Amino acid sequence: MNTAKDEILGRIRTALADRPQPDTVERDYRRVSEASREQVVEQLVDRLEDYRANVYRETAETVAARVGELLTDASSYVVPSGLEASWLPDDGGAPEARRLTEPAVGSADAGEERRVLSTRELNEVSAVVTSSTVSCSETGTIFLSGRPDEGRRAISLVPDHHICVVPLESVVELIPEALERLEPTAPITMISGPSATSDIELERVEGVHGPRRLDVILLG
Amino acid sequence: MSRTDLGMPTVRPAYGHGHITLDEPFPDSARTQLGNAQMRKNIRHATHSIRAKRARVVDELPDWQRLRAAGSALKQQVMADLPALLEQLEANVTARGGVVHWARDAEEANRIVTELVKAKGVDEVIKVKSMATQEIGLEEALNAEGIAATETDLAELIVQLGHDKPSHILVPAIHKNRNEIRDIFVREMEETDESLTSEPKDLAEAARRHLRERFLRSSVAISGANFGVAETGTLSVVESEGNGRMCLTLPETLITVMGIEKLVPTFQDLEVFLQLLPRSSTGERMNPYTSMWTGVTPGDGPQEFHLVLLDNGRSAVLSDPAGRSALHCIRCSACMNVCPVYEQTGGHAYGSVYPGPIGAILSPQLTGVEDGANGTLPYASSLCGACYDVCPVAIDIPSILVHLRDQDVQATHARKKAEKKVPVPSQMDLMMKGASTVMSSGSLMSLAERGLPVGRLLAGKDAKLGWLPGIAGGWTDQRDVPAPPQESFRHWWKRNRSGSGQQDAEQTTTSEEEQA
Repeated sequence: MNTAKDEILGRIRTALADRPQPDTVERDYRRVSEASREQVVEQLVDRLEDYRANVYRETAETVAARVGELLTDASSYVVPSGLEASWLPDDGGAPEARRLTEPAVGSADAGEERRVLSTRELNEVSAVVTSSTVSCSETGTIFLSGRPDEGRRAISLVPDHHICVVPLESVVELIPEALERLEPTAPITMISGPSATSDIELERVEGVHGPRRLDVILLG
Repeated sequence: MSRTDLGMPTVRPAYGHGHITLDEPFPDSARTQLGNAQMRKNIRHATHSIRAKRARVVDELPDWQRLRAAGSALKQQVMADLPALLEQLEANVTARGGVVHWARDAEEANRIVTELVKAKGVDEVIKVKSMATQEIGLEEALNAEGIAATETDLAELIVQLGHDKPSHILVPAIHKNRNEIRDIFVREMEETDESLTSEPKDLAEAARRHLRERFLRSSVAISGANFGVAETGTLSVVESEGNGRMCLTLPETLITVMGIEKLVPTFQDLEVFLQLLPRSSTGERMNPYTSMWTGVTPGDGPQEFHLVLLDNGRSAVLSDPAGRSALHCIRCSACMNVCPVYEQTGGHAYGSVYPGPIGAILSPQLTGVEDGANGTLPYASSLCGACYDVCPVAIDIPSILVHLRDQDVQATHARKKAEKKVPVPSQMDLMMKGASTVMSSGSLMSLAERGLPVGRLLAGKDAKLGWLPGIAGGWTDQRDVPAPPQESFRHWWKRNRSGSGQQDAEQTTTSEEEQA
């Protein structure tokens, strides 16, 4: 039925009539880290700071206060419903920022403060707080994969300020180790610093379309 | 109706077309470009900076050569198994709610995309920078149907607003300086006025404001893909600014155009390419953003997804065993940043969306060497081999260049013979034949070398030959030939080292040859 498909596959089969024999794929590059936990965490901090992200080391006791402090200038912020509640400042206390909680992907809205925001509404929100799936220290890359404590992709994209919590146990050294921890069919976003461009005379400018401020909280 | 050869093997490869055909011979377009001092200054700065950054981050990895070998082997595997992998990709994308389309050539791909956009009832779309859509001229095709396509990558936006052409795969507006860009923005963006400065920070801010509203209102986005994973149906776009994330996330409909060679077999294989690509491309350990998506995810991102698989000459490239590894290219642009030719001419001289060394082997193979002036591209190289050294998937570009030069010579011969315009053999043939005879014989070569002092005499005081007769003049049009030495090494050796020392070298040679 699909003549274009048949014709393209036919062309390819004809082109491969000589039956090329590919080299064997040797996976003898580094796939398992030999670095200590401290080295790996130290490397992640170094890379993130190199990308001009702000990095903070916090514990379960101090994380909420830090998040509150980082939200000082925000008028509102969005969080995914699965985010650990103890990471967030108390509703009654500082900051003044209004918290908007998005329900889990696919579930129904529940009132004004707990519903899926439209893209235009999201554009008016100052900040977003999310967790993360895994981070790779060698490249300074944080992976989000749409889990309940990370939310859908748009919430960590449209607001101009992203506060991202990285639990220390989720930090690995190498890219192969990081990819192993991901569900391939989930919507995945790899973040290595705030958005940037070098398109004008190769001069690096931080912040174009993605969040221009990236705060990373290393937790644990 | 048009397919009358049903069931017959294709004799002539199905070549591609689009913005991959050079209109004038490379030497002519190069000469024009060499007159653009601003462009040459910018390109020199860009290539040298990125080259140094790349070298730094590549040296950091102890296993770079092993990653490179794995990348090369994986791409060989993809090509050898392409039909099965494409069908596997199609099945997985379909299973996850996507729709797969197949496009034989540029026109078919443009038609498919245009119809999909029209079916959504919109007259504007947003675009992520993509080589494949530039290759097929998608923007022009959409414009012709009354659909505006806004480029969202900063450099592509500069090129689009300046009614210009990209000059580099990675940094397409690198031929423009900040003042030129500022003037384009003031002229073309309704959001800006004369108060705009030429600081890159302010220009980036202007682009952010200009595009934000378009991101929010557009319901259809068009992208390319860096990788497509057959095993899972996952697609990936690698970028820096976040415009890619915007296009891949906010609109309701996403249309992705992907060359059939962009496949990798398994999700695990991305661990190789996600290390090779950013370091080779921007010289970063990792680019700021990489997105991966598989079909449609309910409640997250576009709820309608179309994947257009594009041939447009790729199967023709695949049909040549000596040239097919050009399809392994992951579009990093490292080869142009190290190329001594590209560094002088810039990207526009190559007359195709694929410039530099990779363009010189890809464009003529996609279209066939006889299309336009594409037969001149394989000569746009000194064969120094720097491109091969930096290629993250180890494409032997110099060997393919030589192979394509041969193809070009064969094609030219066949054409001239058919036209009966120039007597065969040509001047070049006679010269080559003569050289072959002389160089195959020690005594003839020795005889020819006695003529060296004549050349020396002709070269004069500056010891340079600026003119040679006949077609050899093509060489001296561009370069001087250094004066030949007083005597050849062969003669020097015989005079100084062979025989018993006191004896005359010439006589020794003669007597030895007589004995033999």
